[in-house]
Amino acid sequence: MAPPLELVVNDQKYPVHSDPDTRLLTVLRDELGLTGTKYGCGEGQCGACTVLIGGSPRRSCQVLLGEVVQPVTTIEGLEKDGHLHPVQQAFLDLDAFQCAYCTSGMIISSVALLTQKPDPSSTDIVQFMQGNICRCGTYPRIVDAIQRAAKSMEKQPR
Amino acid sequence: MSTLLNKFTREPELEPERYEFREAPIHHFALDRRDFFKFFGAGIMVFAAAKDALALQESGGGRQNHSEELPKEITAWLHIGEDGSVTAFTGKVEIGQNIRTSLAQSVADELRVPFETVRMVMGDTQLTPFDMGTFGSRTTPTMAPQLRRVASAARDLLLQTAAKEWNTAPEKLLAVNAKITDPASGRATTYADVARGKTLAQRIPDEDPMTPASEWTIAGKSLPKVDGRAFVTGRHQYTSDLRPAGLMYGKVLRAPSFGATMTSCDISAAQKFPAAVIVHDGDFVGAAASSENEADEAIAAIRAEWKETSQPSSSELFSYLKQNVASDEPSDLTQSGSIPDGLAAATHRLEATYTVAYIAHAPLEPRAAVAEWKDGKLTVRTGTQRPFATRDALAEAFHLAKENVRVIVPDTGSAYGGKHTPDAALEAARLARATGKPVKIVWTREEEFTWSYFRPAGVIEIKSGVAADGKLTAWEFHNYNSGAAGIGTPYTVPNQHIEFHPVRSPLRQGSYRGLAATANHFARESHMDDLAHAAAMDPLDFRLKNISDPRLRDVFQAAAESFGWPAKKTKPGQGFGIGGGIEKSGYVATCTEISTDDARGAIRVVRVVTAFDCGAIVNPDGLRNQIMGANIMGLGGALFEAMAFNGGRITNARFARYRVPRFRDVPDMEIVLMDRKDIPSAGAGETPLVGLAPAIGNAIFDATGVRRTTLPLAPRA
Repeated sequence: MAPPLELVVNDQKYPVHSDPDTRLLTVLRDELGLTGTKYGCGEGQCGACTVLIGGSPRRSCQVLLGEVVQPVTTIEGLEKDGHLHPVQQAFLDLDAFQCAYCTSGMIISSVALLTQKPDPSSTDIVQFMQGNICRCGTYPRIVDAIQRAAKSMEKQPR
Repeated sequence: MSTLLNKFTREPELEPERYEFREAPIHHFALDRRDFFKFFGAGIMVFAAAKDALALQESGGGRQNHSEELPKEITAWLHIGEDGSVTAFTGKVEIGQNIRTSLAQSVADELRVPFETVRMVMGDTQLTPFDMGTFGSRTTPTMAPQLRRVASAARDLLLQTAAKEWNTAPEKLLAVNAKITDPASGRATTYADVARGKTLAQRIPDEDPMTPASEWTIAGKSLPKVDGRAFVTGRHQYTSDLRPAGLMYGKVLRAPSFGATMTSCDISAAQKFPAAVIVHDGDFVGAAASSENEADEAIAAIRAEWKETSQPSSSELFSYLKQNVASDEPSDLTQSGSIPDGLAAATHRLEATYTVAYIAHAPLEPRAAVAEWKDGKLTVRTGTQRPFATRDALAEAFHLAKENVRVIVPDTGSAYGGKHTPDAALEAARLARATGKPVKIVWTREEEFTWSYFRPAGVIEIKSGVAADGKLTAWEFHNYNSGAAGIGTPYTVPNQHIEFHPVRSPLRQGSYRGLAATANHFARESHMDDLAHAAAMDPLDFRLKNISDPRLRDVFQAAAESFGWPAKKTKPGQGFGIGGGIEKSGYVATCTEISTDDARGAIRVVRVVTAFDCGAIVNPDGLRNQIMGANIMGLGGALFEAMAFNGGRITNARFARYRVPRFRDVPDMEIVLMDRKDIPSAGAGETPLVGLAPAIGNAIFDATGVRRTTLPLAPRA
């Protein structure tokens, strides 16, 4: 048996035994138990499985374990010392979800957007978030939540 | 095994709407009073019981009763523990519509306790009362009042108990914020103190007036979603996230096409995977393994041959529906006056045919189930809208007594009417029985798009007449297959013939958010628009002239006022439309502005104003979320969603090919809430959707002069 690969997720090192050609989504959920990242389509079309790899948003269903060299951030890694990330707080404050199955992917994509563009216009948001589906149709509140988070991060950078 | 095999292969006959309007039948409660307190701890319990569910709704049911035996028919109950904790039990499930929050608000409001102290136990066949299912917008109009009656009776019981201890009359005491006070003597106690050491059980009395909406303090407010933090941190565990010890992952071999039957199956190659357990039971072939990949590989190694049958394609769908009316099934008919007389009296006569496509629910969490057997008992966790029906299906499939099957529904990644059937639960349970370990089934997106069921397609034919003064004279309406929800016209017409014709559907079809009300409103409100133009009247004025129901008039006027109807066109390609109606006791009117892009023929919905009246509002913020969501989901079915199929295969069973609304499709939206505190609350998950498609179609007509009679209206957009 091959020695385990090492994966850094949410600042923690994990030895990983899955085959290198296993989808990162499967590794996160089934081997590491980080089930906050969701399966929605398996074809990179819905955004529910979005994680950050080296700070960039990636569809973890389209990434193989063996391809991952940079640290991974999942929804579980955003809360620090009991404090929600400003994006999480804004989603919570504005009830920007309904069934919330898409929410992890939405929040991670939003964090990526705000890293690239700390003060996005609503057009910027719509363009960046186009790959994330909310079948419940909560999109307008998600746009509002991202702008609210942008404001709060401007005051208090993380 | 033949029963099991039948269960697996026979598609449950879904009656998409005939079951929608029945309330829960009564349930035999297995626990007796002593069992109940053993289970939940001492304290106070109150239950709602009635001879039948209708009587419960009408009268509040049963008499006061302190015997050891619990009544056999219970629809809701509530427990106050010795620590003052309040737990309310309902068989309804949370699928994103926010009822875990809104029901807790109603309980807290009526019991006079802080909202945070109320916990809802939902959708667990062992712990909650029987419930037919979470559909038909029934939770707010029926479950909330039942829980309120129970909470009100619990409050009375607490007051009576305290009054007895203080040797005073209960009417002299006040119940506020989980405390009981006696203003005369200044004495005070808490609910927890009253409940301590007691095992009091009580039925709700015949008459126990509930707090009127005008006096609500906790209901009627925009409280945030219960457990919101668990959702934004990814901690909430949906069914598909569960990982009990020893979990195996299941996969099922699917037929290549609808109607195909297996002629041979060789599982020998699959059995070479040491970690996989293969089950071949009649037409059911599945594999369970310690990883999803291994289960996939085992399924891929199975060599099965199938006999396929000729199946209609989506290109011939509407002629197929007209030719396959199920003449052995009765149609639903309502009739008044005479259509020939009505047409003879008309100045303008119109005839038109409308069609609607099959569409998919596409809940973002696909069907999922985790099944586990222990000592001959089966426990299944699954995202279903019908936990008790799922329990019954499992009991039947595996020849178990119902008491030996427990179905638990974790708050689910949406459903929209799409999670009524027990498919994933049956599959997981069958594999778990073979492995002796818990097995999880999560359908792939392609399975979800193919093997679930669809919103019925339909053909609607309308013949109508309008007199010179703009009054409707005749209305003949035939709906083939899509269903009877919302089929009756809310307009005043002396001569009517309205008929629903069941059809042998070529695809598996069933419930859907809004059901046939979407199709029926699309056809009716498009037709009303054409009649308005025939009568040379403004579409709003024409409707108002034919409306007698004041609530419908109010929503049309409210939407129009907020929208600025009639609006003046200020740019090319601009169009305005209006549509609305009454459905599931809710009233909706929708105005839209659209713009056409001549170069590509694309249509963009620019602005939507929805006015909605669902009686007294329980949670305005949650309601706005539902209305906004209904509009955005409805946008997909209105503009571009349609199942494509050919040769028994769905040819667009992926998000890359089946377009659903995304951020870019979202119009500016305004929601006008008519809070009618004098009218009992109606459900709100579905009705706000039904005005949208015709309002868009009418706006397209306004912009282009071309009437589109098909849903979706702009499939290439």
